[in-house]
Amino acid sequence: MTSVRVAGVGLTPFGAHGDRAGRELFASAALAAFEDADVDRAAVDQLNYGNFMGALAEEQGHQAPLMAEAAGLSCPATRYEEACASAGVAVREAVRTIRSGEADVVLAGGMERMTTLDTGRVTAALAIAADELYEVRAGVTFPSAYALMARAYFERFGGDRADLAHIAVKNHANAVDNEFAQYQTEISLEKALDSPPVATPLHLYDACPITDGASAVLLVSEEYAATNDIEAPVSITGSGQGGDNLALQDREQMAQTPATEIAAAEAYDEAGITAADVDFAEVHDCFTIAEVLAIEGLGLFEPGEGIAAAREGRTTADGETPINLSGGLKAKGHPVGATGGSQIAEITRLLRGDHPNSDAVDDATVGVAHNAGGTVASAVVHVLEVDR
Amino acid sequence: MTHHIRDEAVTYDEWLDAIDAGEGFYLRSPEGHGSLPPRRVCPHSGSTDLSREPLPETGSIETYTVVHVGATKFDDDTPYVSAVADFGPVAVTGIVRGVDPESVAVGDEVGVTVETRETTDDRLVVFRPA
Repeated sequence: MTSVRVAGVGLTPFGAHGDRAGRELFASAALAAFEDADVDRAAVDQLNYGNFMGALAEEQGHQAPLMAEAAGLSCPATRYEEACASAGVAVREAVRTIRSGEADVVLAGGMERMTTLDTGRVTAALAIAADELYEVRAGVTFPSAYALMARAYFERFGGDRADLAHIAVKNHANAVDNEFAQYQTEISLEKALDSPPVATPLHLYDACPITDGASAVLLVSEEYAATNDIEAPVSITGSGQGGDNLALQDREQMAQTPATEIAAAEAYDEAGITAADVDFAEVHDCFTIAEVLAIEGLGLFEPGEGIAAAREGRTTADGETPINLSGGLKAKGHPVGATGGSQIAEITRLLRGDHPNSDAVDDATVGVAHNAGGTVASAVVHVLEVDR
Repeated sequence: MTHHIRDEAVTYDEWLDAIDAGEGFYLRSPEGHGSLPPRRVCPHSGSTDLSREPLPETGSIETYTVVHVGATKFDDDTPYVSAVADFGPVAVTGIVRGVDPESVAVGDEVGVTVETRETTDDRLVVFRPA
């Protein structure tokens, strides 16, 4: 089995992109990835493209061939949709295709336009990742679903709003120097705690923003990199995916996310590592509570210990296991179908040493990406390692 | 004219009808797991041998949230209390009515009914204090 190298990464700034078309955003990220990789576009065997709500936000279906055209590619293109984990799955399938020998060069990533919709409509659009019959018709929204999980976590393990606010403060601090982040501003604990409620116990600063953006990662086989003299020190050495019941009501409990545990076990096994080997991670913090669930599901913290990790400084940039050095979904932004690719791009930059926050992990060799769909009814985990 | 092909599977609307008529039920697998229609396969055991069993009269609130920002189709309903209530073999998601949102607590006993949203005429699963 060949290993898979990250030859290049590209991102657009995350934020509100006005009337820019999604296709032009993705093209911008893709061209940046080709420039970073110094690989000719003609070498691409296929495009794996993640997108969630394009049919609603831009009234555009059939986006994959459109994005291939926009990025100047003349290869087969397929859209992957797994809610917020769409690009994570697109990357995973690229890894599997390269490993199988079916392809040497795959462009993976995604794009989402969200600011084309007003708050009510974007709330409704995000809610389609939940169960339409059992949840959406009963008034469940994306924030309220995570609020249900947060309350269940508090009931089982303890913790409170202040613990969650420390996560928001940490991720905003991490985003300050990240040129691609939507919010390059620090926030105070008081500001987070005083923000208006969205779905109790979650308030505005517990939630990721509404974001437009695109990501692209150019993945190549070990052999292709060697033959073509491509400098690609970062490899994807493990990939895993897990699933769960779509509706919260059908799960045994709501304070843990077994899909993440399944995905992590598979990815760690492939990479030949354990959770103790993970130096840092980019995790799916669509809400502050989601970061807690993620770091526990990844085995980085014991169940019940993740809630205090940010407050105790264990996950801050100078902590034992920095989490979301990019700013995370919380502060960097969450263009849903692009996020999984963005996490791979950020870890690659952190490991290569060309990220503004690389100094925080200058001796790190293992970074983990965790991308979750809906209320973690799907989860994708990747292990990235760098040649030192 | 459209021909609707029907067999034995119960639809979600039929489940709402049954709740509304005070004849609520759930689908039970031989292993004792519960789920709600429409189901061909038990989401817990994988069994296809599902029987209709009466839904217990009361459940207890397992988790809840007061929703201040809703989707467009719930604009006039906010703020509302969303909850998952545990009815023993099966859990149900709905909106809690008939109580002060600030006084709802995990463990509260509730019954389930079908009412309509404030914003639209769509039917809604509602919990009221038991």
